[in-house]
Amino acid sequence: MEKQVLRFKVNGDEYEVYIHPKTLLAEVIRDHLGLTGTKRGCDTVSCGACTVNVNGFSVKSCSVLAVQCEGMEVTTVEGLEKNGKLSPMQRAFLDNGSYQCGFCTPGMLMSATAFVSEAKNPTKDEMKESIEGNTCRCTGYNSIVRAIEAVTQGKYKEE
Amino acid sequence: MINDFHYLKPASLKEALAMYAQYDDCKVICGGQSLLIVMRQGMLAPEYLLDIKHVKELSYIKFDDKDGLRIGATTTHREIEKSDTIAKKYPVLVAMEGKLASIQTRNWGTIGGNIAHADPAGDPGPVLIALKAEIKFGNANGEKTVALDEFFVDYFETKMEHGDLVLEIHVPAPDAKFGCAYQKFNLLDSDMGIVAAAASVALNADGTCKEARIVLGNAGPTPLRVTKAEDLLKGKKLDDKLFAEAGQIASEEAQPVADIHASEEHRRHVLGVLTKRMLKKAFEQAQKAA
Repeated sequence: MEKQVLRFKVNGDEYEVYIHPKTLLAEVIRDHLGLTGTKRGCDTVSCGACTVNVNGFSVKSCSVLAVQCEGMEVTTVEGLEKNGKLSPMQRAFLDNGSYQCGFCTPGMLMSATAFVSEAKNPTKDEMKESIEGNTCRCTGYNSIVRAIEAVTQGKYKEE
Repeated sequence: MINDFHYLKPASLKEALAMYAQYDDCKVICGGQSLLIVMRQGMLAPEYLLDIKHVKELSYIKFDDKDGLRIGATTTHREIEKSDTIAKKYPVLVAMEGKLASIQTRNWGTIGGNIAHADPAGDPGPVLIALKAEIKFGNANGEKTVALDEFFVDYFETKMEHGDLVLEIHVPAPDAKFGCAYQKFNLLDSDMGIVAAAASVALNADGTCKEARIVLGNAGPTPLRVTKAEDLLKGKKLDDKLFAEAGQIASEEAQPVADIHASEEHRRHVLGVLTKRMLKKAFEQAQKAA
């Protein structure tokens, strides 16, 4: 099958990659662009480790055809920091010890970041629901929710 | 591993229908949240994949007091979940969407794709049937509208033939005294239901039951209407005893299959309980609406 060109933006940079149409977004991000922060866990739309944001919406990149992202803006976990400074959510994760093995962290960060960008005065239940699509097999959910809560309370500002 | 395919990207609905008619071994992708899984498992290996994700003509939510609700096929689950109009007029749809898979899946997956996939464990099917929805689908030669409860034929099979695309879901304006509730039974909130039940109740001015619908999820090859129990309720003054009786009938009429998640017996039991509870919930909503 013929390859085709995909033009899109990842973390603010323009990319043009030649891919087979069956290539998944997670494969382009990791294998073509070398951005290995995005993880592939279950590969069946379950675990959320591959979560990235496309045009501001969180999606599971293991189950999105990359060609469907033509002209779109993708943010991966590498795109969260600005000018060498970690994002508020990243700092909150650090301060709250929101990781154990760390494999789910990129996906958790992306889901949590998408959530706080649109939620207004969220309840604790809504914070928990915001990471419903992400599995932490170390079961370290409480510290992750604490980090989300700290950010929604305005304890972390963009640096 | 996904097999190779040729990627077709039509610019409009018209072009999509023309392309679909032209290629025999062709499947349609929109969000692909169901399709890519079965393609990865090798259960589907089409030569052509027709992408309608970008066909914006099919992405809309319209509501009119007389006509009811019209949702375009490529509308995402998340758009339905976040719609203020739908939250006001059909809260059961928003509640159902809130529990459908995960936020990420709802952000990319579409209502048309979910219905076309025709998984009997899917959430929208039972709820939309309880709301008396119709579905419009069509091909290059014309379009057709059928009641959604007649649309599903078998496991992953619908009335649509090759060349047909889902175009629109139409939910009629609800009766004045109307209620509808849905619940699935599962261990993880965002999973598919091990079983599920949707119920709707419309009341006459004197408080008797004008019409009731009971639709079971993952209890057979398609979303399953329990007409025997619906008939039992019609015209009666509803109470807990009737709900329990309807639950009993639902549990007997269901055709669940045992698998790793639950035995057939357990599924029947839970279906009975869910039916009873959802009827009561729908009934109480209908009373309040008065």
